[in-house]
Amino acid sequence: MTTQTTAPPKRRPGSESLIPGTRSRTFWVYLIPGLALLTLVIIVPLVWNVYLTFTSYRGIRPPEWIGLENWVKLAGDSTFWTSFANSIAMILAMVVVPTLLGLVLAAVLFDLVGRKFGGKLASFFRATYYLPQILPAVIAAIVIGWILRPQDGALNTILESVGLGGLAHNWLGSPDTALISLMVILVWVQIGYPVVIFMAALQRVDPELYEAAELDGANWFQRFQAITVSIIRPEIFVVVLTGTIAALKVFGPVYTLTRGGPGDSTIVPAYYAYSEFFQSQQVGYGATIATALTIVIAIVSVVFIVVQRRLEKQEEAR
Amino acid sequence: MTTSTLDTTAIVTGAEPGSRAARKKKPVSRRPGAKKSASDWVVLAFAVLIGLLIAAPILLILLNSFKSPSDYASNGPLSVPQSLYTDGIVAFWERVDFPVKLWNSIFISGVVALGAVAISVLNAFALGIGRVRGRTWIVVLILLANMLPQEVLLYPLYFMFKAAGLYDNTWSVIIIFIVIQSAFGTYLLASVYGTFPKEVLEAAALDGAGKWRILTSVVFPISRPTLSVLLIFFFIWTWNEFLIPLTFLVSNANQTVPVAIASLQGDRLMDVTTTSASALLGLIPTLVFFLIFQRTLTRGITAGAVK
Repeated sequence: MTTQTTAPPKRRPGSESLIPGTRSRTFWVYLIPGLALLTLVIIVPLVWNVYLTFTSYRGIRPPEWIGLENWVKLAGDSTFWTSFANSIAMILAMVVVPTLLGLVLAAVLFDLVGRKFGGKLASFFRATYYLPQILPAVIAAIVIGWILRPQDGALNTILESVGLGGLAHNWLGSPDTALISLMVILVWVQIGYPVVIFMAALQRVDPELYEAAELDGANWFQRFQAITVSIIRPEIFVVVLTGTIAALKVFGPVYTLTRGGPGDSTIVPAYYAYSEFFQSQQVGYGATIATALTIVIAIVSVVFIVVQRRLEKQEEAR
Repeated sequence: MTTSTLDTTAIVTGAEPGSRAARKKKPVSRRPGAKKSASDWVVLAFAVLIGLLIAAPILLILLNSFKSPSDYASNGPLSVPQSLYTDGIVAFWERVDFPVKLWNSIFISGVVALGAVAISVLNAFALGIGRVRGRTWIVVLILLANMLPQEVLLYPLYFMFKAAGLYDNTWSVIIIFIVIQSAFGTYLLASVYGTFPKEVLEAAALDGAGKWRILTSVVFPISRPTLSVLLIFFFIWTWNEFLIPLTFLVSNANQTVPVAIASLQGDRLMDVTTTSASALLGLIPTLVFFLIFQRTLTRGITAGAVK
């Protein structure tokens, strides 16, 4: 891997490869295995799935063409809209909170802990914060789920032992706290991701900038705003985009902890599609939910990338 | 969940914070032991507190996996185990036939990592060094594999693998994840190969090496550090996958570690400390990877290579 941080040079026009004397067309053969597998595993199933959205299909008799019926049903399906409302809660838990907290933590570790107490200690904290990220999401969910067990869970037991037994609760089992508990789990899982990326980005910051700002009397928060946030903006974009996509796709923790319940209180689109596939055997409808989710993810990605390009251009124009 | 698949820039677990800056600057002001004010200590305490909060759930699991249910009931979750009780771990280990699940996960993740790196190299060679026409669009198309919610693939793949006789066979999962992981690998490597030192390629071409030879004896060895990082990430990401292994590996003998552990949650026979032990068994492999690979992953890989 190159150790350079500079952007790759602009691509030159023309159809020459980087190897002199070879035409780029002759490289197609190297793409054959990859594109063949991609077609088989992604493209064909994707198209097939879109076809299924126009059918009534229960998994046994062949799919029956019903036109737009599934899509019409989807538009009026309150469970579907609840699942997307819950997706917003997932975005709050996996993007908004971790990004804001991650910015502060990365800046604290880099700017204060790293500078005053040494880089080793800052690295140690970073590794600790990152720990939940490497766990399989379902195992992370089981870990917290264990602490939140209704009768004998660690949290309830601790609450009782300090005389706050009145606060003990069936955290994941009651509609008023299930979603919030799930969100806490996801914050825990996600927090290390922005911290690691922002800290790597901060290496680009010239320490003299901070020192100059300090001499000019800027306080920590002013420095944070003016230097940190503006320099690592590209990374903030990456974290927000990838985090949003991941939040829209959340499945494992919901499956292991709540199965979307109680009622619909923690249902998310991915789990709703899954339950239509395998519990209700409404394959056509499940395919419709999954396709709708794909469309939302595609729109979100395109909007993000367009906005980012715009901002970059503005920056250059300045 | 697929958060980990999207940890694109997690490859960036860069060098020690401040180290580059320290090299550039006079070391005086960046040396630990510089003047510390009271507020610095407050900030340090805050960092410690957050660290404790994040580590606490894992420590609690560790503490309680070695307790008997009665010890737990009488002394609560925060006490040190009265005696080292391993029945919970042993019971769960035997119940899920843990070594089999471990082997399944290692086999699937290992083959996927190797296969996905191979496909990524071939794709990236054509895209980054071969610079075939329409490469931007090809990369976008390939990236689709990584962005899609896996639910859209589920039913069609189910039929295709059933027809091919690969349903409930670890190879079905292997093939799917080779494609999904190599999508990210292609994206990353194509941009790395796009900046491959031209002189090296020219020298090899002058020596009369063909494309395949250049790939295997020049490009591959030079990019080995990047490939080993990809290998590790593909391995861990595949290890952590859930939805597709859950639906495609239905029989007990084929399940992976996360699926086996998740499917026993809420089981009547699982008492409080056995459940804790089950979580511990799920934690241990990834913690081991983390410790083993920590150094490889922090070997100065920069964000610039990703973008």
